[in-house]
Amino acid sequence: MTEQTPRDETREEEQKPEPRDAAYWASYAETLKVAGVAEGATNINVEGRRAVGPLQGFGKMWQKTYRVRLGEAGVTPAEVIKTWKENYKDFWPEGNIFYAPLAGITPGEVALISGSLPGGVKLSTGVMVLYADDESFSLMTPEGHPFSGWITFSSFEEEGTTVAQVQVLMRANDPLYELGLRMGGHKMENEMWRKTLENLAAHFDVHEPVEMKLVCVDPKLQWSHYRNIWQNAGIRSALYSITAPLRWRRNRARQV
Amino acid sequence: MPEAQVKMNVRDAGEKASIIDVQGELTAFAESVLMDAYNQASDGHVRAIILNFEELEYMNSSGIGLLVTLLIRINREKQQLLTYGLSEHYRSIFQITRLDDAIAIHDSEEEAVRAANSA
Repeated sequence: MTEQTPRDETREEEQKPEPRDAAYWASYAETLKVAGVAEGATNINVEGRRAVGPLQGFGKMWQKTYRVRLGEAGVTPAEVIKTWKENYKDFWPEGNIFYAPLAGITPGEVALISGSLPGGVKLSTGVMVLYADDESFSLMTPEGHPFSGWITFSSFEEEGTTVAQVQVLMRANDPLYELGLRMGGHKMENEMWRKTLENLAAHFDVHEPVEMKLVCVDPKLQWSHYRNIWQNAGIRSALYSITAPLRWRRNRARQV
Repeated sequence: MPEAQVKMNVRDAGEKASIIDVQGELTAFAESVLMDAYNQASDGHVRAIILNFEELEYMNSSGIGLLVTLLIRINREKQQLLTYGLSEHYRSIFQITRLDDAIAIHDSEEEAVRAANSA
């Protein structure tokens, strides 16, 4: 019997056809790079950070599913996702700004976000496009974001109706964010995605209620990740705001 | 809901482990198939579940999400999750999504089974 050598195995791997999903995934990069900073956006908590999934967070793990039926719209799932990608920032509720990457929602692109946390704390953060195909796309969060995880936007046929769905799989990134989620953050987040789906549905002239299903997948806190707080984007954003006058004076001194 | 385009076969792998052979596509629609396979694989005194991805044809981000919820379930039962048979492409996806932080990736069934039974 002939045994396979490592060279044979490499040749066999190279000869395999590329998987159908190959083009839909972001390529691996050790840290995130922001291609361009739009006016009004702040890139203090994204560039150089690692992307994190739900396994890297601190808090309880939640799977939150929000969906709306677009029955009367007569649109296909592919049309819904195409529209969603092209108008993503416009479907967000007021108070949060998504600075879309120049290349659009395509795998590997990084977008900046300006938002707010419970208590009105301003937040500068972002997301990476982890995956994008014709009927879904997923965003992955950076270190320091309020949560570690993925948000998947998808559309599919169910019982003869097109459905648009947002599904979040996440843990609060650190103990402070976990506290924030319990003190109103969850409610804010639920409201954000409810409003986003309402806006998407309204774009197709559909006014159906958004259904929500919230499941605590893992109630255990991951104490080994408490140090994530060092990258807390809320704290860093607040410090950045507070020190703005100092930066202004320093820049003026340089000009003189 | 569309039919799952996946089949899963469960095999014994020593005293403490079971193997689930994943054949086809891992997407959101594979959830019930995966959970049924896990229930079958987890019967008895199994301490480790090994996923064989040699015949994985397609995986989207929802499929990755399924692996996370499976992992949580496995950890809750104080079991271990290992994998083998991942192509370079899917290993890269495990790296991008940081699943490799928590799920052991092995180069062969022998290696995975040895690791599972020695834990």
